[in-house]
Amino acid sequence: MRELQDTVKALFDKGEIDLFIGYEKGTRTPRPFFVHKAEDAENLIFDAACSGNLAVYLTRKDLTGGKKTGISASYYALKSIAQLFDENQLKAENLRIFGVSEEGSVQFFDSVAAIKQHLSATPPPAKPDEDELVGKINAMTASERWKFWSDELSKCFKCYACRAACPMCYCTKCIVEVNRPQWIQPWASTLSNMEWQINRVMHLAGRCSDCGSCGTACPLGIPVHLLTHKMSETVKEHFGVSETKENVLSTFKPDDKENFIH
Amino acid sequence: MSNEFEPKVVAFVCNWCTYTGADLTGTSRIKYASNVKIIRFPCTGRIDFMLLLKAFANGSDGVIVSGCHPNDCHYTSGNFHARRRWMLFRNLLDFLGIDIRRIRFAWVSAAEGAKWAEVVNETVAQLKDLGPYTEYQKATEFLVANENELTEEMEANHA
Amino acid sequence: MIHNNCLQITDKGLKDWLAKIIAGGKQLYAPVREGDKTAFKWLDSVAEISMEHIQTTQSAKAVAFPRAEKLFSYQKEKGAVTLQDYNPDNLSETVIFGLHPCDAAGFRPLGSIFNWDTPDKPYNERRKRMTLITVSCTKSDEFCFCTSVNGGPGNTEGSDILLTPLKKDYLVEIITEKGQKLVEAYQSCFDTPPENSDKEACLAKVPVRFSPEEVSRKLSGMFESKVWETQSERCLGCGACAFVCPACACFDIQENSKGNSGDRLRCWDSCGFSLFTLHTSGHNPRSTQSQRWRQRLMHKFSYMPDRLSVIGCTGCGRCSRACPVDMNIAEHLADIG
Repeated sequence: MRELQDTVKALFDKGEIDLFIGYEKGTRTPRPFFVHKAEDAENLIFDAACSGNLAVYLTRKDLTGGKKTGISASYYALKSIAQLFDENQLKAENLRIFGVSEEGSVQFFDSVAAIKQHLSATPPPAKPDEDELVGKINAMTASERWKFWSDELSKCFKCYACRAACPMCYCTKCIVEVNRPQWIQPWASTLSNMEWQINRVMHLAGRCSDCGSCGTACPLGIPVHLLTHKMSETVKEHFGVSETKENVLSTFKPDDKENFIH
Repeated sequence: MSNEFEPKVVAFVCNWCTYTGADLTGTSRIKYASNVKIIRFPCTGRIDFMLLLKAFANGSDGVIVSGCHPNDCHYTSGNFHARRRWMLFRNLLDFLGIDIRRIRFAWVSAAEGAKWAEVVNETVAQLKDLGPYTEYQKATEFLVANENELTEEMEANHA
Repeated sequence: MIHNNCLQITDKGLKDWLAKIIAGGKQLYAPVREGDKTAFKWLDSVAEISMEHIQTTQSAKAVAFPRAEKLFSYQKEKGAVTLQDYNPDNLSETVIFGLHPCDAAGFRPLGSIFNWDTPDKPYNERRKRMTLITVSCTKSDEFCFCTSVNGGPGNTEGSDILLTPLKKDYLVEIITEKGQKLVEAYQSCFDTPPENSDKEACLAKVPVRFSPEEVSRKLSGMFESKVWETQSERCLGCGACAFVCPACACFDIQENSKGNSGDRLRCWDSCGFSLFTLHTSGHNPRSTQSQRWRQRLMHKFSYMPDRLSVIGCTGCGRCSRACPVDMNIAEHLADIG
């Protein structure tokens, strides 16, 4: 904690940043915190309870536009940042990226390449709960799965917290807001809720960092992060880990293997 | 008139291979199940996954998606892109419990008139076994008049 | 006749009463526990009811203001259009059990909005058919602030009947004639109250965080304040706060059309969404999240008190519990007031 606070203080003192995005103590759990001056850095914290993905703020022009911005990034936030760079959404010269471990050690990354190298050298944090739940759902029959998901998604009231919490959902006009043609009915109903999630997950395929912020954000506790977790696994299983900038769905291999087209 | 269930099938096909192939089926005077409604696209790459969902939502019991064989795409790589999309999409639908046996993916070239008839006949036969896709259609009938109706809807779905 | 109207009911008597209400043909909406959350559900059996929670994830407002509602239907035929207007005849009589005083109180700001200009038929028809059996709060958490917005854990506003869990049984306060009817119909479930049932002693202690008058007074001069930017920085712009709120009434009008027929729908919307105020021209008068956050607070704590003489908030704290980034409304208001 001390290390992070001192680092940020020094950055402000040297005039290297105008804004630093981190976490502070919240009502029950830590919450995102925007530091504008050196003395506020004292309130910065970082631990295992810091949920969400701070990379979500980096594409918000009203917050970071024109500002030299620093950020304390978890493993998943780093992954999202790397992806945002690949999608040309961030400018390196305006950013100071610090990877922070749950133990509080701070690591500065001076380039996307450095982030990527770090990510490939670091095993992703284990997700035992998600793996177990996905395993349970996989083991169900198709009609049990349908019952499970239609029950869960019937609750959804379309507040779009899952979208708002996601760093990769930075479109200024989302597919659910397209109304000519109206792909997805904008009111909350089981089917349109399901269609929304299918679209969300398909649009995140291969881009999702699997941080699970969508599920954490859901005020109704619908486990929508299991859909993205499952999708991440599917992508890895079929197409491996991509070494290139190209997204999994915007590229292909002539020998991609499937067993259902005949 | 028999009372046998006649499934409604929508086929999304590409202009260059499968549509031409289906045309060949006709000009070759090959008879096949008339349950299918063909919708022509420039390329399988253009077949948005939402179209498949819309077909089901609008009462289709099954869907066929077909285009040029790998390496035969009129636009070089449209079908390769489509293939990746379907691989992920099909997996996701299965995870959600949507019945993926009702979606038939095929490669049918412009020369394969007989194969097109086979694809349609097999699909229709399988859908006759599976019956109408009421599970999905029930979820679409629901127009949220109120929360109460939602509860009833959910109960009806699982009865 | 309805004065000093107190009875008592045992836990078993309460279950019998609710079971009889269901058997009598009324629809019962009550809290049910699912995992670590508790939500209101339409119930056929009283066994499912759970009262362990501090707060349900959503308020009970959906009974009067469903998340999507058909306003009318239409058919077109050869240029002629036929309309079927809103038909309240099929709406059922409903009893909401187990809501807390902050939820019952929410129907006042909600009703004020829906009757502000033109009385809203769907809302009023549904509201007319609702009887609220509220349960006082014996516990609260750090998000609760009803006492800061003229409410309280044993507040009777909006309720037809208020139950307060005493040490053993429930104290039954009959507030309205609707409530009176529901008690009279099943008189045998109730006992007469003991002489000295101390309601206050059983209620949760909710500290006062701010004065609503003070907040309202300050807000009226704060439109241009920098505070909105500071407070809203972490806001993600989702609609969770508005959708769980018992007093938020914003809606969107949508069309569910198919061929020559269709329905006009009203569905929940939120002033926190950037699309909420987007004009067809492309101009958006509330283009940033800070403007939208300002609108949320101003509407609830300044405009509504000024125009409708009611605060647009009942202190239930749901918005703060639901917020993915801990936009704690009481904390923000305390900072202002």
